[in-house]
Amino acid sequence: MAQTPRKLDGYALTWRLPIIVWQLLFFIGPLLFMIAMTFFLVKNYRMHEAFEMKNWFKMLSRGFFWDSYFLTLGLATLSTICATVIAFPAAYALSFKVSANVRRWAIFLLIIPFFTSYLVRTFSWYVILAESGPINAILGYIGLGPYTMLNTKFGTMVGYMTLTLPLVVILQTVSLANIDKSLIEAAHNLGCGRTRTVFTVIVPLAKTGLIIAAVFCFILSFGDFVAPYYLGGSKPPTLPIMIIDTTKSGQQWPRAAVVAVMMMVTLFTVAFAAIMAAYRKKA
Amino acid sequence: MKSKKSLSSIMTPSRRDMLKYGAAAGLSMPFVSRAWAQTVEINMLAWYGHGEPDMVSEFEAENNVKFKPKYYAGGDNMLGLIAQSPAGTYDIILSDAEFVQQLNDAGYIEEMDPADYNFDDMLYDDFKQFPGHWKDGKLHSVMVRCGHLGVSYNKKAVTAEEAASYKCFWKPELKGKVGHFDWHLPSLGMMSLYNGNGANLWNVDDAGWGKVKETTMSLRPQVGGFFDYGGTFNSLKNGEMQAMCGIGDWITGVLEKDGAPVASVVPKEGGIQWTESYSIGKGTDKADVVKKFIQYMLSPRGQVRSAQMAAYPGFCITKAGAAALREANMKEAERTGQIEGAPNNPITLIKEGRIHYRNIPQHPSLEDWNDFWSEYKNA
Repeated sequence: MAQTPRKLDGYALTWRLPIIVWQLLFFIGPLLFMIAMTFFLVKNYRMHEAFEMKNWFKMLSRGFFWDSYFLTLGLATLSTICATVIAFPAAYALSFKVSANVRRWAIFLLIIPFFTSYLVRTFSWYVILAESGPINAILGYIGLGPYTMLNTKFGTMVGYMTLTLPLVVILQTVSLANIDKSLIEAAHNLGCGRTRTVFTVIVPLAKTGLIIAAVFCFILSFGDFVAPYYLGGSKPPTLPIMIIDTTKSGQQWPRAAVVAVMMMVTLFTVAFAAIMAAYRKKA
Repeated sequence: MKSKKSLSSIMTPSRRDMLKYGAAAGLSMPFVSRAWAQTVEINMLAWYGHGEPDMVSEFEAENNVKFKPKYYAGGDNMLGLIAQSPAGTYDIILSDAEFVQQLNDAGYIEEMDPADYNFDDMLYDDFKQFPGHWKDGKLHSVMVRCGHLGVSYNKKAVTAEEAASYKCFWKPELKGKVGHFDWHLPSLGMMSLYNGNGANLWNVDDAGWGKVKETTMSLRPQVGGFFDYGGTFNSLKNGEMQAMCGIGDWITGVLEKDGAPVASVVPKEGGIQWTESYSIGKGTDKADVVKKFIQYMLSPRGQVRSAQMAAYPGFCITKAGAAALREANMKEAERTGQIEGAPNNPITLIKEGRIHYRNIPQHPSLEDWNDFWSEYKNA
């Protein structure tokens, strides 16, 4: 029997249309324009429409681009690992060791940092991490330091954690809190120790949420300009800093667009691979 | 007696008086609102600080205008902002002098009448005919202030004697403590000066450029970071950086006045001059009041404000302005050498050939400078 074609559901379309229009106007449109821009040329600080591969050849043939690329990739990966590992015990405690009321308050407190500007929070680290700052002063009392923490990769990582850690804790907590507790009890009843329960029961059950949290951390760190610039001293620069540098120098927006497209391709690849892993069912 | 009566009638108004005053107030309202409405908004494109109250409040009050500043950081950024805005967006544009030619070529600024400005009062002849400000005998921009870039240092880590040469940046004790202002023009310009390129610092042959790159790369292990204005300011203030390449008194001056042990000097290899000039934006319908503001900035009152600008100080460029500064704030005049006979007098330094105006590189091209700067930062 031939299948009848599905009728267009006007009601559903009406409700779906705004998000489709939004995505077209504010994501697909600018994305296409950015890709087109990579082929434009700049003459006397003004961008001219063209279709030339010059910017691609120019950027991708430079050693410093690839240095920045792998540095950014490495730092974002390290940030993701650190945030995931640091956040997990906190999320575990909030999910299984405290009352629902305490959990609600903790999540509220984790949201509060987002009320203030990330730039302001970063600048406060500038004072705290300085050689003459409070951390080095405390270390000085026990005969340590002073240590240079600003303008180093450590500084960058502190900035990344400031940006991502609260979000990762929240996402992990939500994910862990939704695990069916009876499965954990069953594991214990069957003689599974605490550590083994975490790695063989809790982590696999919360896998999707944990991976999504890690992906968010990676995306935010990979695209962050503030931490590597202000706490890392732009030394060496990451890709977001390179975008700023490129636009500042001779108004090379097309070359900056090449960097941006490369970043987007990387993020799409990582996010796609992570989501595939998150939703993959065991054979 | 009469006056007493009048006063009492005001203090205890009758019903008739109330009606009279009420009607008068009501009738005058349209005029009050019209007076408010007449406040003219002037859109300014400038480096940070130029549209702040310490610079414009006096002029605003006297002329019933209100400045609406849009700030940029660097000439490239400025050109980008103008290129993205429709003609007439900016009534007044403050530009680094080396970018005026580009503003003019792109048709972003109006021609100005030289008779409107007192060029005879300029402290130095070059300031009257500043490169790029005139084209085919027509004036397009007026210089209003300048400053010198050289070695900026923490007095506790570098002696004045050491700071007399760019060589101090390579001092072993400063490893990881030398900062760069994140802009290739002043930093690489200084390396070019250190290599002895003098007046040709912006125009070096291939061999010379190779040496500039080599010298710059040799500094890389000393470098603790690349900073914008805020970062430069903070890192010098908290002692993270003890020497800074690419800046001058425009940053250390603010810190020095705040008590920080920092200073800037023009070393023996020479320094670079930053120059700021005002132009009238193309298509503005407020050219008259903008012209008046530029005249104000060239006046002694404007020059004194500019010399003490809260965001970053600059030198007076008119004789009357420098004299007014000495009268208003002798301490600041002395600190910046703006007194007769001072060894660091800005005009004396220019006359001695130790100062070179910042410029767009002629050879190799700006693009090559940019590329190398990116390579250097990544090294």
